[in-house]
Amino acid sequence: MTNQTPVVEALDLHAGYLPGINILNGCSLVANQGELIGIIGPNGAGKSTLLKSIFGQVNIRSGHVKLNGEDITNLKANKLVEKGVAFVPQTNNVFPSLTIQENLEMGVFQNPKTFDERFDFVTSIFPALGERRAQKAGSLSGGERQMVAMGRALMIDPSVLLLDEPSAGLSPVRQDEAFLRVREVNAAGVTVIMVEQNARRCLQICDRAYVLDQGTDAHTGTGRELLNDPKMVELYLGNLAEL
Amino acid sequence: MANEIAIGAAAPGCKKVDPILVADHVIRQFGGLTAVNVEHVEIPRGKITALIGPNGAGKTTFFNLLTGFDKPNSGTWIFDGKNLAGVPSFKVARRGMIRTFQLTKALSLLTVIDNMRLGAQRQLGEGFWASFARPLWKAQETQITTKADELLKRFKLDAKREDYAGSLSGGQRKLLEMARALMGDPKLVMLDEPMAGVNPALTQSLLEHIKDLKSNGTTVLFVEHDMHMVRHISDWVIVMAEGKIVAEGPPAQVMSDQAVIDAYLGAHADTDLGTVEIKAIKAGK
Amino acid sequence: MDLIGILSLAGNELISPMTVGYILCGIGLAVHFGYTGLLNFGQAAFAALGGYGFAIATLDFGWNIWGSILFGLLCSMGFAAILGIPTLRLRADYLAIVTIAAAQALRFYVGSSTAEPITGGSAGVSQFGEEFYGLNPLPEDFTWNLGTVAFTSDEIWMRIVAWVVVGIAVVFILALTRSPWGRVLKGIREDEDAVRALGKNVFSYKLQALVIGGSIASLGGMVFVMSSQTNQPSNWGTNFTFITWTILLLGGAATMLGPIVGGMVFFGMMTLIESVLGVLVDAGLMPFLAIEQVAQIRFLLVGLILMILVIFRPQGFFGNKKEIQFNG
Repeated sequence: MTNQTPVVEALDLHAGYLPGINILNGCSLVANQGELIGIIGPNGAGKSTLLKSIFGQVNIRSGHVKLNGEDITNLKANKLVEKGVAFVPQTNNVFPSLTIQENLEMGVFQNPKTFDERFDFVTSIFPALGERRAQKAGSLSGGERQMVAMGRALMIDPSVLLLDEPSAGLSPVRQDEAFLRVREVNAAGVTVIMVEQNARRCLQICDRAYVLDQGTDAHTGTGRELLNDPKMVELYLGNLAEL
Repeated sequence: MANEIAIGAAAPGCKKVDPILVADHVIRQFGGLTAVNVEHVEIPRGKITALIGPNGAGKTTFFNLLTGFDKPNSGTWIFDGKNLAGVPSFKVARRGMIRTFQLTKALSLLTVIDNMRLGAQRQLGEGFWASFARPLWKAQETQITTKADELLKRFKLDAKREDYAGSLSGGQRKLLEMARALMGDPKLVMLDEPMAGVNPALTQSLLEHIKDLKSNGTTVLFVEHDMHMVRHISDWVIVMAEGKIVAEGPPAQVMSDQAVIDAYLGAHADTDLGTVEIKAIKAGK
Repeated sequence: MDLIGILSLAGNELISPMTVGYILCGIGLAVHFGYTGLLNFGQAAFAALGGYGFAIATLDFGWNIWGSILFGLLCSMGFAAILGIPTLRLRADYLAIVTIAAAQALRFYVGSSTAEPITGGSAGVSQFGEEFYGLNPLPEDFTWNLGTVAFTSDEIWMRIVAWVVVGIAVVFILALTRSPWGRVLKGIREDEDAVRALGKNVFSYKLQALVIGGSIASLGGMVFVMSSQTNQPSNWGTNFTFITWTILLLGGAATMLGPIVGGMVFFGMMTLIESVLGVLVDAGLMPFLAIEQVAQIRFLLVGLILMILVIFRPQGFFGNKKEIQFNG
């Protein structure tokens, strides 16, 4: 347990898209330096909404979000990128008419001189990006695009990486690769907060996780604790894996 | 099990005892890229068939071709004895082949219940002249609404009945689209990643519902990546890669095929990913 | 001019047949765009066909009033089919481009010397309202005053008929859109493929919507020309189409009350502004404005209103904010 300031701290958030309708009803989350935090839960629970509120894309009506102690509630996304927060959305996350290299260049547009150094770092995690740098992103498969999107987010040398369902739509082998890549990125020192529908895999790799239900963080614990909790299995995980 | 469904050994393009859909030489090319190149495939009637394969294998394109949403460069397919090649998409749906979409198309500007009502076919009230004569279609509308409410209950969307579909979460929209497809009483329902984004605990109850479809005589063909789901309910599995069918057979057989494991399933299917060794990357700073 | 005078003029605009003409065109556009998502930028052409169709049938064919109305409607229905059949299978933008071009082409054609024998060329046609005014049941010396504005018996008759037509059109469209037929249209507006996957013939519905909206616009054209009994090509320029769009967006695109209130408010405001500005200029309070410019300033305001609407309140007065929200 660290007594440093948490990297990301969301306190009692009430937020929503439409006026008058809140998706988050008092949701809190803490991510400490170097942790891999998972957010799981049923449909409509507010998982993506929580991530997007941290990133300033959803109107927070009450509550605060702090980044290293600094209040960033409702701060616009471009300001957050400057502060080292990177977000990888679930869809529409690459520029299809640009090549892989150009997509990565877009990642450092606020600081173009760092391109070479960051490109080396990103291709050390995703070697395929380096090999196919001249290929247009639009011609890539879903899993390959996910890689480009994550690579682009890493180009800014983020202190926090927010991932919205990185395994969505991927085949099993690519999903496993995606999860292992997230572990690699985290091992390199990046704090990661990921929303996932594949709860089982998410809990296997994360340090701690939050289970969202109806807009609040209903349960929390380490990945292992939640995986082995029979109540979690019954309510959220299902036991198809054991059948 | 295999010889209840297939004639002879299970192999790509093998004949089926009672096929509902038979496709031949279906080819779709985009410029230089061949997205689909299916020599021959038969879908068994009244069974649940899973179509699996890596992203970009051509599964959705194949769905689009069969249901009239895309035109092949060549190919024919017979559905329930009728040739459907070249038939426009709305007519394919009327013949009983109803599909859902990978990128959900829940109609956001309609309420959930209106979405469901839209799914019913042969509605008298949908004709221009008939729409003015309310008594003509009122009774049918009530019937349709009752059926819709039943389905909404089974998919646990009944509480959202009057809400606009746009206010539903991604997973709920997927469920709505599936329920809506069932309103048309399809003979063959084609589900494109029906469980993507749906909570695992809810998935289990839905799988039971898909099994119910089978007992009512509906044939199911679905694309999925969740291997536990595939193992749990499918009678037959077809594997596509790079536009071709590379393997077919009962789930256990297909999923222990080494080539399939290498290309698609991954070696870690039953291992805890937290324990797998990863390479240490030097910190970026 | 005093306050009563100003208000009377504005009040006159609220109920005038020209306003009703625009309102009916707005209702037609509501069916096209509000309910079906069709981009029609040539509504003036449908209205023109109604006006010309009626006039030609009366003056040249010698048909009675009902036959002439039918002819006007058939002209615009045929036009809708000609435009729709090639373009409705394509993207929405194609219809938009085609309607702009077709409306201009039609206007130039009817004003040309080639068409002069039938359409009267640039002078247009006139005096086709004899049978219509002959049907007026009110006594000839019957008058009515709205403040300082006096209406003759024929003028009252015109206004009554005009608003009855609006009422009929509204009832017709409401019945249509509140049925399963209307539900299919709503689906098409948002996602055509989803609706096709449910077995509906999307092309057929779009064509029906184009024809219906165009027919109502042709009735609007007939009402428009009937009050002055003159029909000239200059009536049907792009001004006409864009004012129609303005009143539709002002009131609410997918509603019936929208075009009605939008039309009344729009024309009422225009006259009010013109009167008030006129008074101010006369009183010497606007030294930078000449009296002749007052009329022009109104059109500046049209553009401004349209811009502000689209930016801040795209749903207009009565539109449903939620329906607009998800489009974003």
